[in-house]
Amino acid sequence: MKKTEKKLTIHKERCKGCQICVLYCPKKALSIGEKLNKLGYRYVVLSKEDACTACGICAEMCPDVVIEVWRDNE
Amino acid sequence: MKAVYKKPEVLKNPCFHFCPGCHHGTVHKLVAEAIDSLNLKDSALAVIGVGCGVFLYDYLDVDSLEAPHGRGLAVATGVKRVRPERIVFTYQGDGDLASIGMAESVHAANRGENVTVIFVNNTIYGMTGGQMAPTTLLGQVTTTSPYGREFHRDGYPIRMAEMLATLEGVALSARVSVCTPKYLFDAKKIIKKAFEMQLDNMGFTFVEVLSSCPTNWNMSSMDALNRVKEEMIPFFPLGVFKERKMPDVL
Repeated sequence: MKKTEKKLTIHKERCKGCQICVLYCPKKALSIGEKLNKLGYRYVVLSKEDACTACGICAEMCPDVVIEVWRDNE
Repeated sequence: MKAVYKKPEVLKNPCFHFCPGCHHGTVHKLVAEAIDSLNLKDSALAVIGVGCGVFLYDYLDVDSLEAPHGRGLAVATGVKRVRPERIVFTYQGDGDLASIGMAESVHAANRGENVTVIFVNNTIYGMTGGQMAPTTLLGQVTTTSPYGREFHRDGYPIRMAEMLATLEGVALSARVSVCTPKYLFDAKKIIKKAFEMQLDNMGFTFVEVLSSCPTNWNMSSMDALNRVKEEMIPFFPLGVFKERKMPDVL
């Protein structure tokens, strides 16, 4: 069986580090990184890439449209 | 690859000016998704009241009008009567719709104007610096109620969705929240339904969205989410209070 391909796009320049996505990620794959973006916030990073199932809850909950999620089911 | 979630197309510039954790961005997204999914980009017309949501015209790629403080529904009434083919919605906060614009809002609802209202309730005047609003909860400390809201002096918080549900002209009156994924998906369905009911000429559709205001509540975004869940939802219960199944005909 072919492995499901997935992609998480994080627009780090828009992230304000509110941590709503970190709270609601069912697999706890997201975390707040150490670096600052241009706005001066510590932005979210995908720290456990293998744990992510591309369910899209982080993207739905994000107030700033930082995350976009893509998945290939074939 | 198939998109599980991507930026709604009508959201042209999502670099929001909102504070971290503010739910206005989420509500903007939900409105944009509803407009996208019903393909209303060319026919939707936003009437925006004064408040933190005032820059909606910068973010959504739809025609928009700016209304004087509280008079969003008066302006929307005029627009809808002159251009009935447009899908008119207002985006207002609680200081705007429930305080200074109470008369305009209640009368527009009572007349059953065929417009949709997205009412963002964060129990405070967010843009002007956290003053007490009609929806401020009892005991809540704001800049104009430094010892907490007291019912002897300030009265009780107003439950707008329940109040408007008692009026005959209202076709849909609902309260939703966006603080957990489940509530968010419910909110998405109800906002979409409100636009669909306007397309079917059902009458006045009103959706109240409970929102957080971390800055003016002096909280972190996580504490603000918890406050919505633990303090606001017990006082402002979620649900659909009125839903008309058929349009009014004489």
